[in-house]
Amino acid sequence: MSYWEFLQTYGVRILDGTAVTGIQFLFASAVAIAVALIAGLGKLSSNLLIRSIAITYIEIFRGTSLLVQLYWIFFVLPLFGITLPKFAAGFLSVGMNVGAYGAELVRGAIQSVPKGQWEAALALNMSPAQRMRRVILPQAFLLMLPPWGNLIIELLKGTALVSLISVADLMFQSKQINASTYLSAQSFGTALIVYYILARFLVTPFMRWLERVMARRLGRG
Amino acid sequence: MSFNWRWDFTFEILPRLLWATLNTLMAAGVGYAIAVVLGLVLALAQRTGFRPLTQLAREFVEFIRSTPLVLQIFFVFYVGPQFGIRLSPWVSGMVAIGLHYSAYLSEVYRGGLESVPKGQWEACTALNMTSRQTYFRVIIPQALPPSLAGMGNYLVGILKDTPMLSVIGVAELMHTANAIGSESYRFLEPYTLVGIIFLAISLPTAGLIRLFEIWVRRKLGMR
Repeated sequence: MSYWEFLQTYGVRILDGTAVTGIQFLFASAVAIAVALIAGLGKLSSNLLIRSIAITYIEIFRGTSLLVQLYWIFFVLPLFGITLPKFAAGFLSVGMNVGAYGAELVRGAIQSVPKGQWEAALALNMSPAQRMRRVILPQAFLLMLPPWGNLIIELLKGTALVSLISVADLMFQSKQINASTYLSAQSFGTALIVYYILARFLVTPFMRWLERVMARRLGRG
Repeated sequence: MSFNWRWDFTFEILPRLLWATLNTLMAAGVGYAIAVVLGLVLALAQRTGFRPLTQLAREFVEFIRSTPLVLQIFFVFYVGPQFGIRLSPWVSGMVAIGLHYSAYLSEVYRGGLESVPKGQWEACTALNMTSRQTYFRVIIPQALPPSLAGMGNYLVGILKDTPMLSVIGVAELMHTANAIGSESYRFLEPYTLVGIIFLAISLPTAGLIRLFEIWVRRKLGMR
């Protein structure tokens, strides 16, 4: 079977898988960004309880493997009465895992906003919430965007693991095609190329674009 | 089935998991050794003046870094037999994980090499040093300390990625936990223990790496 015939026969399944990977990626990104913000701010909180919860979360999720977390969330959480469908378990664990790394980026970026900005906001009698939302976070956001670009690529790659709890993503489809045809180079090779295109020609340019837009909005373009 | 932690079961499976931990450590060690050497080759290939080689190494690194490790593991394991090369799970796992991390480490080395001021290179030229002397006596000792943090991070990273080897049947920690789970239908203890074992290895390792970094800096007379 030529590669062209292979694509004609299995192209649809690969596209289906790519769509699932895309959705997993979007949901997991949303989870990761939300969790990273909460945990990153939590780690900077003056409240000891909040701080220790944030640190515990970050250390646990950074100290263990994504695969372990995925299996734990999918197989062990039901024993505590929380049964998640595999699709949700997939993007939640990827998001929570990447979110822990993101939290450190958020914390680092907030801490590297110059001290004068904090003092100026204080001098203008802004409440802590206002200060964070209107002065610190926009500047921190710009600072952390480049490392987030790398992290988002890691997230995209992380979504491949959800195939192991049989979410029908790109990885899963290529595994299925391989199992039924034994055309390993074609099926896995195509999946590799699709992941490469997604990362290199969609996600990376998007992050670059976002960096430019944000810089311009803060008057630093 | 509801939540009940069984201590007798825990102690029954703990020795098995600890044995598997040795395999995990070995996989991480061997994979890392491959990555350290291959990463250096990739980094140096990008520094030769020969453009096709530079370009090829660059594209290879980009490709490896933007595709999932688990897919690469499958690729190496299944594509070989299609062309008559049969690799054992261990060998293909080590090749895949070593290749994957060599791409990351080459970036670390590249950053380290680029952080050496240009004047150092020029001084070596002025002193009529051979390129080998330049690298080994001047550049690498200075490029090493800034690279250590990144190298350490990837050592912990490779350790945390070894569970992916379970998908092709390498009998490491995750694989053993899966086996225990499917034999006994109990997932709570094995998976939780795997998590705890990983925490118990990766947190101290990260701390040790930081100490090592400080020690190397002091040895080389840097602050």
